[in-house]
Amino acid sequence: MKPRKVPTPGWNFEYLMWLFTRISGAAMLLLALIGFVGALIMGARYHMDLGTLMRWTFFPNPNHVLNSDIPDIAPWANAYWQIMQLLLVFFGATHGFNGLRLVLEEYIHSWGWQLALRLVLMILWLITLGAGFFLVLTS
Amino acid sequence: MTLPRRVPLGAALRYRGGGPMWAWILHRISGLGMILFIAGHVLAGFGIQQLGGDWAIWYNTIYESLYFQLFIYFCVIFHAVNGARIIILDTWPALIKFQREFIWLEWAIVLPVYALTAWIMIQRSLGG
Repeated sequence: MKPRKVPTPGWNFEYLMWLFTRISGAAMLLLALIGFVGALIMGARYHMDLGTLMRWTFFPNPNHVLNSDIPDIAPWANAYWQIMQLLLVFFGATHGFNGLRLVLEEYIHSWGWQLALRLVLMILWLITLGAGFFLVLTS
Repeated sequence: MTLPRRVPLGAALRYRGGGPMWAWILHRISGLGMILFIAGHVLAGFGIQQLGGDWAIWYNTIYESLYFQLFIYFCVIFHAVNGARIIILDTWPALIKFQREFIWLEWAIVLPVYALTAWIMIQRSLGG
């Protein structure tokens, strides 16, 4: 068996994405904690059920709490929560599409198909980011 | 590039990797579940708001149903706790010695949190 080629250690693409996956994962845990605590401070205990609180925690979008008993939507729909959502969309979509790339590339060994896959995933990633950013800024 | 692996299915099923192996499998399944269905949910939200397509409403009706919420909630909570375990073990490699204990700790967090939330969500749904 021929010895396989191992990429040179250092600041290459795979290492950067490995690092990004850890950092964005930790960042999303922190963002979820901020959303959860923020909702409790804004009175979630008295105005919504647990499922709604969870939906808000995963993504602090005002549409996620619109059907609960909150008296006023204003504290839930402002620039602060929009920034939290934009961060979550960016970290979530990038972390997720990179993960999808990693899983699929384990089953694709030809260089050409791998390149095609990367192009398709890049386009899907940009479409999701665009749609997500648009939704956050208009809702 | 990864190594081409030719492992027969029988050998794969007989492989006894234990807790960490199942965590790896579930991490993949939950990750794929989230990226496919949450990206779909974002696109459906965009579709309802901007394109007005029936497909988007159809998609979100399924997405917001109790069964699907229970599935995606498991994906999120497991992927989050397992991801935290991976970050901790990668950051402090000396802790690899206790990796079996980490798996037990992980389930001790995931199961009660998931079961409690799922129970309350099911009860609310039955009560209308």
